[in-house]
Amino acid sequence: MQPLLKVQALSKSFNLRSGLFSRKRFEVLKDISFCLSQGETLAIIGETGSGKSTLAKLLAGADSADTGQILLDGNIIEDKGIRDQQCRHIRMIFQDSEASLNPGLTIGDMLDDCLQYNTSLDKQTRGEKITATLSKVGLLNDHQHYYPHMFSGGQLQRVALARALILDPKVVVLDEALSSLDPSVRAQTVNLLLKLQQDTGLSYILITHHLSLVRHISDQLVVLDHGEIVEYGKTEDIFQDPQSNVTQKLLSC
Amino acid sequence: MAKFNLFSEESNKAPLARFWRKFKSNHPALVGLWVFIAFAILAAAAPFIAPYGVNQQHSDALLIPPSWHEMGDVRFLLGTDDLGRDVLSRLMNGATYTFGLSVIAALITTVIGVLVGTFAGISRGLRSSFLNHLLDITLSIPSLLLAIIIIAILGPGLMNTVWAIILALLPQFIHSVRNLIVTELGKDYITAFKLDGASNWHILSRGIFPNIYEHIVVIFTMALSTAILDISALGFLKLGAQPPTTEWGAILAENLGLIYLAPWTVGLPGVLLFLAVLSTNLVGDGLRQVLKARKAD
Repeated sequence: MQPLLKVQALSKSFNLRSGLFSRKRFEVLKDISFCLSQGETLAIIGETGSGKSTLAKLLAGADSADTGQILLDGNIIEDKGIRDQQCRHIRMIFQDSEASLNPGLTIGDMLDDCLQYNTSLDKQTRGEKITATLSKVGLLNDHQHYYPHMFSGGQLQRVALARALILDPKVVVLDEALSSLDPSVRAQTVNLLLKLQQDTGLSYILITHHLSLVRHISDQLVVLDHGEIVEYGKTEDIFQDPQSNVTQKLLSC
Repeated sequence: MAKFNLFSEESNKAPLARFWRKFKSNHPALVGLWVFIAFAILAAAAPFIAPYGVNQQHSDALLIPPSWHEMGDVRFLLGTDDLGRDVLSRLMNGATYTFGLSVIAALITTVIGVLVGTFAGISRGLRSSFLNHLLDITLSIPSLLLAIIIIAILGPGLMNTVWAIILALLPQFIHSVRNLIVTELGKDYITAFKLDGASNWHILSRGIFPNIYEHIVVIFTMALSTAILDISALGFLKLGAQPPTTEWGAILAENLGLIYLAPWTVGLPGVLLFLAVLSTNLVGDGLRQVLKARKAD
């Protein structure tokens, strides 16, 4: 089967100022490659500072890579740091959903902006689409008129999900999106995500510290260490028989 | 009035409505707002509601004390000065100059300051740091001193004072707006908004401004109280409005020689100045407190 998302040799480095004139290059990601099929979930785990969040940003387009390509459905959407600005098929859900929502706009306005910037739908169709998306993530149509500060944490996560889903993406990147929720709400959200995956064939890229969650929902697993992939394969295989030292340490704790 | 709510009321209010509700509960600030509005009305309508003309002289009534004094005359509610001019009418008209012109100066400063500050906030690299350091230098000079320097170049006069005050207030304003925009630009929701496909203009108009306009109002009130003080200080120093213009500072300076003979001619403009600055600061302080409380919850 043709993979939906293909990441080839992605690298990223930052310039750090170490002295008055000297600068140090700090490589955050080195030669990252993986594939993801439709309806699959890929989990990325690794220690703090291993480049997980940077990878998420690169995939979603919030930052650009130095070298490497990202292909979606066989089309190049990023090549050596030049991103196809029209592409909104990879959407991201941030770690802190409250901080990622504009406090001055209602949910309806925010979703409407999303549609306005990316589609040519008229006002009525946009309204219908917003209603449909809100009900998809388990919110009411009335929530359109709410401001972000009126929601609880779990609801905000749903709002963030609605924002990601409203453009009918193919891949959703979840950057620690479930970590800040309490267990029952997390379970609810996970079930919601799995249901959406079944219904629409979404693919997820899940970045988390939460190992039981990884084992529960992911099909493939990438273990990152200092910007390099140390292990990549089926989740169950890696959990059963971790090859590298880093993975063994991560899984044992 | 019951102290508790029998039915819990949902407070699904817009940020602005919540803002107003919190502001209302701060009583000193609310009183400040009333006084502020009264001054604004006075500044706009003074020539129509003042009982006498500004320079109308009553040769039969020189230096009459305010009407509650036993020597007072009810025709002149706040007394008359040494030329027989009605103090009340002069003070009412003074609001137009001291308060009204300050508001106009602060408004012009706001418009220019927001434009330049926005530009400085979204530009990066050498251009931005050049502007920033240039503003830092001008910030180290007090605004009144800066205004006096500008007056020394432009020459004394009421209109020149307004320009001088605008120029003196601008650096501070641009600096504050720039800082606000830079802080907002670094927040997560702007990144998310960019990923939604928002252009630079959308980020400014839909992303940043709905979240900083209250801060801009607070900076405006601070600029306004500085403007009132500066305009009257320059009038008092005879660098701004010249007598017989009824600017409060100028009235103070004109009547300074009468302070023992007719203290009301000096005291009353002083009290009005005090009230104008106090009300502006109360409103500004109330707004700032609401902003702080909103950040906390």
